Amino acid sequence: MAEFKPADSLYEWFDQRLGIDKFVKVMMTEYWIPKNINFLWAMGVLLTVMFTILIVSGIFLLMYYKPDINMAFDSVNYTIMQEVGYGWLFRHIHAVGASVVFLIIYIHMFTGIYYGSYKKGRELIWISGMLLFVLFSAEGFSGYMLPWGQMSYWAAYVITEIFGGIPVIGGDLVVWIRGNFYVSDSTLTRFFMLHVLLIPLAILGAIVVHFYALRFPHVNNEEGEFFDFDKEADKYLAGDKKGSKVVPFWPVFLSKDFFVLGFFLLFFFYLVFFHYDFAMDPVNFDKADGLKTPAHIYPEWYFLWSYEVLRGFFFEIAGISGKSLGLMAFAFANAIFMILPWLDRSPMVKPANQRPYFKYWFWFLIADLIVLTVYGKLPPTGANAWVGFASSMTFLVLFIALPFITKAEAKKIGGK
Amino acid sequence: MENESRRGFIGKAFGAVAAVGGVASLLAMKKTWDPLPSVMSAGFTTVDVSALEANKLEIAVWRGKPVFILKYTEDMKPTDGRSVKVGDHYYSVMIGLCTHLGCIPAYRADQKDFKCACHGGEFTSAGINKFGPPPRPLDLPPFKIDGNTLVLGEEGPEYKAMMAKAGVV
Repeated sequence: MAEFKPADSLYEWFDQRLGIDKFVKVMMTEYWIPKNINFLWAMGVLLTVMFTILIVSGIFLLMYYKPDINMAFDSVNYTIMQEVGYGWLFRHIHAVGASVVFLIIYIHMFTGIYYGSYKKGRELIWISGMLLFVLFSAEGFSGYMLPWGQMSYWAAYVITEIFGGIPVIGGDLVVWIRGNFYVSDSTLTRFFMLHVLLIPLAILGAIVVHFYALRFPHVNNEEGEFFDFDKEADKYLAGDKKGSKVVPFWPVFLSKDFFVLGFFLLFFFYLVFFHYDFAMDPVNFDKADGLKTPAHIYPEWYFLWSYEVLRGFFFEIAGISGKSLGLMAFAFANAIFMILPWLDRSPMVKPANQRPYFKYWFWFLIADLIVLTVYGKLPPTGANAWVGFASSMTFLVLFIALPFITKAEAKKIGGK
Repeated sequence: MENESRRGFIGKAFGAVAAVGGVASLLAMKKTWDPLPSVMSAGFTTVDVSALEANKLEIAVWRGKPVFILKYTEDMKPTDGRSVKVGDHYYSVMIGLCTHLGCIPAYRADQKDFKCACHGGEFTSAGINKFGPPPRPLDLPPFKIDGNTLVLGEEGPEYKAMMAKAGVV
């Protein structure tokens, strides 16, 4: 056993046993963040806070929610909303939080794409981040089923039905996932388990990996500049705080983050108290009915773009049915972001607007995603269907073209 | 060296035990998610079709799925391999879920066709896809004709003949 001197204070007693000093240094006061960043670099901390808010509000909902098809709807809409003290508040926080967390995820993600924070050593940050996006999507989808309203039911129906498109095993797979031939009690209860236990555990694990993946390649900065973090850290520690390009995570970086967080929380609770209705679809206040499809089914806003890619292909091309094409495009859309670090063939790490060709690609992508999102909500009839098809095709073409565009960019900047 | 080979042996032995245990638990987990026997053996639905009104859609429920039963009017021609004759009348008997993504199409009596509100798919009165994303006609449920009643879930000779015609054995 190691030698222990009698401790002079309670703090020292703990420090001897847990190495608090060293831990705080490694995690906080000597974890270095570049100085040349803006408010967009605060999104990671915002997401951590949002995830905590979702867990806390979820715990309170969990005490009254009943994962049974006969009780679920009333346990949410009567018990939690009307009987439980402040139950409505926790529900609104949870529903608005689920929506806003995706808003911040998208900002976080497109900040990464804009500044090229996914390449040259930062690939694993990107991949673990995209894994988190997938997990959050699964968490959002499974949670949406729980109130057991009409949208809950039909979203569950349509999304589980997607697996039926997988060749050979599709039909059996759908029945296996649902635990029945249709979305039923077994489906609700198992997705409840996924929502409150398995997926949150996976998210926690992925967050740890995501944070750890940052340690060695370090946080990117506004100019995409690469520098020696150890040298800059030494400069800072030696007292040259002005000349150093880095600041410690705590207290310097986080204090600015908290400022951004303050604004964000004002915005968030403004939504929770005054505009919660955008996250509470009126159709979902009708109880689930497996024999009555709502006239128009659409997902929450954050899934609209990929939903539009799914249904953008409404006719047969070269003997492949519209359904299969839509499924393939949907799978492509959800997987392609993962390999972005390898699709971008240009060695340049710069904000998009300083990159000769990438800037067009980036803004085209943003415009296309907005069109997809807008049309994903509209009924797919007449001209809407064709806009959906064109914007879905544009999405595919943008990603197929990216390696060529960035290769050309690499050539252009190499020749300079 | 001797130690290393002994440790190697222990490692391999543990690996073998863990692999068997892992595969067995995966199997158990897969089985836990399977539909329960009570679900699998869920009963049959019997519908008396003689009293139905022509050109008015009747929706029966079989295994949680809506089954469309449509009695033809005199001027509606039966579709070979899809229309079912019970007594003197022809009927469409099919699962009322759009073959695109499983929404329930609505029957338009005036146009004598089905329209799916979700993604705009359209089907004829016999359930054949004629517009939009549905990749195939509406599925046919297994049925048996018993006098004036249809038994859904049981495979009668008429159903088998229709399946054989469609190339499904």
